[in-house]
Amino acid sequence: MSARAWFPEFAAFLALSALACLPSAARAQDADNGGRIYDRWCAECHGAEGLGDGPAAAYMLPRPRDFSQARYQIRTTANGELPTDADILAILENGMPGTTMPAWPNLSGEEKSDVIAYLKSLSRFFDGTEPQMAVLGSDPGGGAEAIESGRAAYESLECWKCHGRSGRGSGQSTPTLEDWREYPIRAADLTEPWTFNGGGGAEEIHTRMLTGLDGTPMPAYSDALEAGVVSEEEVWNVAHYVASLAPTLEPRVADLVLASRVEGELPTSTDDAGWETAESYFVPLVGQIIETPRNFAPTVDGAWVQALHDGHEIALRVSWGDPSDSPDPEWEEWRAKLIPLLHADGADLSADSLLTDGMALQFPAHIPDGSERPYFLMGESSDPVTLWTWDSRSGVAEAQGRGLGNIGAVAETGLSGSAAFDEGRWSVVFRRPIQSQADGVISLAEGVAIPMAMFAWDGSSAETAARGSISSWTYLYLEEPASSAVFIAPLLAALLTAMLGWAAVSSAQRKARSSQEHISEVMRETT
Amino acid sequence: MLRDKAQGWLAIVAALTVGCGGGGDGAAAGGDDGAPAEAAAPAVDPAIAATILGTVNFEGTPPAQTEIDMSEEPVCADKHTAGAPMTQQVSVADGKLGHVFVYVKEGLGDMQFAVPSSAVALDQDGCRYHPHVLGIQAGQDLSITNSDDVLHNINTQPTINRGFNVSQPQAGMTSTKNFRSAEVMIPVKCDVHGWMNSYIGVLDHPYFAVSAADGTFSLDGLPPGDYVIEAWHELYGTMTQNVTVGEKESAGITFLFTESMAGNYVPLGEPLVLGGHDADTGAHAHDANQS
Repeated sequence: MSARAWFPEFAAFLALSALACLPSAARAQDADNGGRIYDRWCAECHGAEGLGDGPAAAYMLPRPRDFSQARYQIRTTANGELPTDADILAILENGMPGTTMPAWPNLSGEEKSDVIAYLKSLSRFFDGTEPQMAVLGSDPGGGAEAIESGRAAYESLECWKCHGRSGRGSGQSTPTLEDWREYPIRAADLTEPWTFNGGGGAEEIHTRMLTGLDGTPMPAYSDALEAGVVSEEEVWNVAHYVASLAPTLEPRVADLVLASRVEGELPTSTDDAGWETAESYFVPLVGQIIETPRNFAPTVDGAWVQALHDGHEIALRVSWGDPSDSPDPEWEEWRAKLIPLLHADGADLSADSLLTDGMALQFPAHIPDGSERPYFLMGESSDPVTLWTWDSRSGVAEAQGRGLGNIGAVAETGLSGSAAFDEGRWSVVFRRPIQSQADGVISLAEGVAIPMAMFAWDGSSAETAARGSISSWTYLYLEEPASSAVFIAPLLAALLTAMLGWAAVSSAQRKARSSQEHISEVMRETT
Repeated sequence: MLRDKAQGWLAIVAALTVGCGGGGDGAAAGGDDGAPAEAAAPAVDPAIAATILGTVNFEGTPPAQTEIDMSEEPVCADKHTAGAPMTQQVSVADGKLGHVFVYVKEGLGDMQFAVPSSAVALDQDGCRYHPHVLGIQAGQDLSITNSDDVLHNINTQPTINRGFNVSQPQAGMTSTKNFRSAEVMIPVKCDVHGWMNSYIGVLDHPYFAVSAADGTFSLDGLPPGDYVIEAWHELYGTMTQNVTVGEKESAGITFLFTESMAGNYVPLGEPLVLGGHDADTGAHAHDANQS
């Protein structure tokens, strides 16, 4: 056979071989190219050899995945099985909420496919064996009845041992939880589905229940299903119940916390009926990583704020998730394991053996005239802040901040407070006269947007002083008493906004039209 | 003619498809060595089989035992009527060490052994694993039972085999699992009860034992030959000895673990160099002094 006669057949053979080996890919995966992409984008966290030990890994908890053991948390395959390519692709496309793993929209489909081939080459477990898929069934549907039945199953299956009776990740087993690398790991707070590693929808939760999250303490309930200890429907019901514990999407960030003006008594306690009708605003918090010692794995990732005032006093209720009422001896083991993993920047985190939980509301010491605000990390000496602090052991206190670590006492302002801890959730009420004559602390006022920021600390996770969670500036607005001006001003503002908007849109449309005409002209000329 | 050639190429492609793992027969993912050996002819003539009898001794002070606080789990706490259970990390009595996994590490060459049809049991009772240390053959069934009416999860963390982590939320529930490849040792833990742990030694032959509370163990039915015997302990690490047994002989050996060995390297899921795997090279078959 001549070379010429041989060639087409060989080419066909190669093409067919490629198709045979990669039924799902349009082209052969290029692991070498995947390796180059990996080195550029992934190695910083996952390490040059894929052992989860890149230079940035030490600043993360949970730590980046070690690919050598091919233990993938988020799969559609059975417990302990390898993931499918589609499973890994889903992680590259969606990231892993609640962790430092982002989505990779910058990579093309082919690049992602190449990366997947490279990731698989990092573990000897990918030997061509087809993974066994999880048997997932189909959703019989949610609804109130399913959710109620799911709640009962959540109880009987003892999901609460880790996730807590309220789902906030405060179960009795949580202080000792570790991942397979023996790093401390938190049970998911089921009231924050936007932080679920594999997504917060009922179907996703159902898949996690039946596959488990390999490498974490979360087991698969597939054996319990097979043994008839739990029915298919019950697993779905639990998924619907968990999904019902909160909205699936992260709540919108509150730009402005409105303190409604109320007639009659302001609430004093955390469970006062007066709070039931007050609007609740979500303020996200992140670890403080600007000044040392930094906090790369904060406990508190957001707080709900409600505010009411009566023209003389203001009451704010702040609620946030924290699995422990610190100091709690049950959590000492957790804290001890955590400390060596945290970048203390020289600070001795073990010095204070029993740290408390804390929350602080921050305002400028004086309501600013313009948009200028004090430095948001507790102010600076030239521009101080007022702090309403709460500590899980000593209660509330008002203070003046002139920078992190530079907090001074102030004269009595009448700040009072109360707090309650319930199944992984703190609620704290701050109450204070709106006006204050004390030197260097804020005197609030109605009808102005007052900058407000927040700090939170979880003592059981060695959070104290600069090592805490912080929010950016938001605004507190005390509603003015009802008068005609109150109704007219917003109306005027709305009208003005609408007119400006109309002007902007029509101008943009005119521009778009003329540029389109220009393009058409150019096209005509060139063709 | 062309048609014939095309069919020839297609046949090759089809063969490659199987080679590429496109078959998808749903077999459980296994270790690197494929399926365990199927029952070969009995490797050992019982008439000439030898025995190794031994004792594991201990010198020094074992670590202080701490009481497990089971108050969060009354169902389990109530089962310990004789008093609060202690951590069972180290079992020392009268200078004898229990919970030591003793096995033939080298010397069996390329002998193949049948996988027993009986299952090895692992029970969760009173929020403890029973036994604390166990041996099993690759491919042999491991029958895991929950005897407590509370939620347990069985989280195995091998490095050579694929692990599993399954829940057993009810008393009486049983799960049947197996490990496909030899691995000494596989840690097992219950994340719900942080104090519960256990170790499983997986071998591709039947010559293993766990020392009793009085330190004794026996390896029976051995073919006559030269062996490297390893003793593994979760806190004190490993020791090996070379033993030669002749036909129908019974050799006695002792291991001595000491207090100062605490903190030694404890292999967990280390790749094993087993006789059976060395058949191609023979490199380690008699290199008994390597450890």
